[in-house]
Amino acid sequence: MTDGRTSVTHPPVAKPPGDGARPRTSRRDTQGLVRWTTRVAAVLPGLALVAVIVVLALEAVPVIPVNGLHFFTTNTWNPGNSYSQPVISHGVQMPAGASYGALPLITGTLESSAIAMLIAVPVALGTALVVVDKLPKRLSSAVGMFLEMLAGIPSVVFGLWGALTLGPFLVHHVSPFIASHVPDVPPFRFLKGPVGSGEGLLPSGVVLGIMVLPIVAATTRDLLRQVPRGTREGAMALGMTDAEVIRWVDLRWIRSGFVGACILGLGRALGETMAVAMVSGAVLGANPANLYATMTTIAATIVSQLDYALSDATGFALGTLAEAGLLLMVISLSANVVARFLVRRSSAGVALPVGRGI
Amino acid sequence: MSDVSAPLGVPVARATSGLVATGRMARRRIVNTVLWGIAGLMTALVAIPVAWVLIGVVRKGVAGWHWSVLATTTTSANGGGLANAIVGTTVIVVGVVVIAGIVGVAGGIYLAEFSGAKEGSIVRGASEVLAGVPSIVLGYVGYVALVYHFHWGFSLLAAWIVLSVLCVPYIVKTTEVALRNVPTAYRDGSEALGMPTGYALRRVVLRPALPGIATGLIVAVAIALGETAPLLYTASWSDKFPTAQLTHANVPFLTYPVWTFYNLPAASAHRLAAEAALILIVMVVMLIILSRIVVARTQRHSENSGVR
Repeated sequence: MTDGRTSVTHPPVAKPPGDGARPRTSRRDTQGLVRWTTRVAAVLPGLALVAVIVVLALEAVPVIPVNGLHFFTTNTWNPGNSYSQPVISHGVQMPAGASYGALPLITGTLESSAIAMLIAVPVALGTALVVVDKLPKRLSSAVGMFLEMLAGIPSVVFGLWGALTLGPFLVHHVSPFIASHVPDVPPFRFLKGPVGSGEGLLPSGVVLGIMVLPIVAATTRDLLRQVPRGTREGAMALGMTDAEVIRWVDLRWIRSGFVGACILGLGRALGETMAVAMVSGAVLGANPANLYATMTTIAATIVSQLDYALSDATGFALGTLAEAGLLLMVISLSANVVARFLVRRSSAGVALPVGRGI
Repeated sequence: MSDVSAPLGVPVARATSGLVATGRMARRRIVNTVLWGIAGLMTALVAIPVAWVLIGVVRKGVAGWHWSVLATTTTSANGGGLANAIVGTTVIVVGVVVIAGIVGVAGGIYLAEFSGAKEGSIVRGASEVLAGVPSIVLGYVGYVALVYHFHWGFSLLAAWIVLSVLCVPYIVKTTEVALRNVPTAYRDGSEALGMPTGYALRRVVLRPALPGIATGLIVAVAIALGETAPLLYTASWSDKFPTAQLTHANVPFLTYPVWTFYNLPAASAHRLAAEAALILIVMVVMLIILSRIVVARTQRHSENSGVR
């Protein structure tokens, strides 16, 4: 892509007349200097990424064999007794009785993100279709502004709103309705039972859905804008209705990119911290029994347990949080990489949003 | 959509072929209307959470608002005001914009102007993946590496570095996109005039890209302003104004009261949480409006403003 532009490397053909003060060599020097300083800056994000992974891995490696496989299969999150003599296991010091199982964090992360996607994906697709096809420029820019607002509102503010406004609203007006109207058969049994206190899985999923909406919608919108006009107009000329053009041209064209956009949002939902920590109840030790039960996610656990982990003199709790962080990195970064690959494959011209989609 | 089962996916050929088609036409029209109805509803749904969050936060923030919040510091009993946090956030944001701004703009320039295709995609990929790292992971690493192993303690420097790492990918991306929108003819023209690369970049290529780069910096400000997780264990919190010390001095910031105070028992703490959220929202809205103004100005001069 940049090949055409790097042609500036060959020396200028004509020298400006009477230019004694700026000989050709000094020109090469400026170019080299600019090139290399900017190159150093360009490499820094990669170095930072490597540093983050190395630090996490160094902290996590000693505790991984101790936590073993039951880290992924058990529910107890017990930091142990920090007042008694530390014990040594696998050559690592740990408080007596410490035992860590991250299964509830993993299921909590996956379940809340799944709810978020159920909410965000249809809304994002509908919005993108309307914005690209139906709305005049002024209105679509207004919708764009709403999306930017959603992407820009700080995560703690969503958390505060979720804890004080959305949670109570759901528990009074929505949860009882769902719980009493779904049939009591196995796949829906998860939606039955006590509706809880307003902190838990459902509000977390809803808040996450709202938070990842902008990145999915903005990416889908940009993908739709790349669908060649000729193909669409050809389909219309055949007499297809809008719905059929969308089904047979637009969606066909952006298919893998749209999946990528959704995974991009998913990666975001998996890693979101503050809002979930404030809305989920951040309760450790049990998988959510139903849609309304309190729960926690990997990210919310790290932020709410780090304070306590610092007081563990053996450093075992800190290492365990690093292991959880590494697990979260693996999940959300692989989602990210797959998503970017899919979107790029679908359309090379789309400038992919980073972060929450600004 | 069973009527579109023709092997080549060309459903309409049969629709025109006579009387049989009338029922089918009606159904296709209904499907079409229903689809746009649902899509329109979805679009309307975007506005609901925005309005709900804004109204909710403004209502709670305004209810207990008094202007002294901007002038007094937080007391140890979690009452008082937020002046310390506002100053702290300002200091953090300014530092992040300088650090991340220099690195990000330079990185974006390299990607747009100098890098080869393969190297570019690796560098760009690394930057995008970095943007996908969950912010609490950055906070954890910032604590372990900078605060603990480097012995900086809770500090402004650690906060700056961690938040800069978080913001750089945004600036790299917006800078690169802004530069790519500058017509190649500008580069060819300045080259034909014999300008040195650095001079051409500064005087010709960078100029039209400036509004785009500015938007990226505004976004970085919005992110630095609203982040919490990376700051909790690097800046920590303080009741006092931040000092000029780079290390070993806690720094207060605005998102902390929202996260910590909302479920403390004291009513004054609830009030501070709501007011901090209100201040944050007002700042974010102003930044978004500012970036909109900048973008509107750019588009007047842009080549591709006519896309659908």
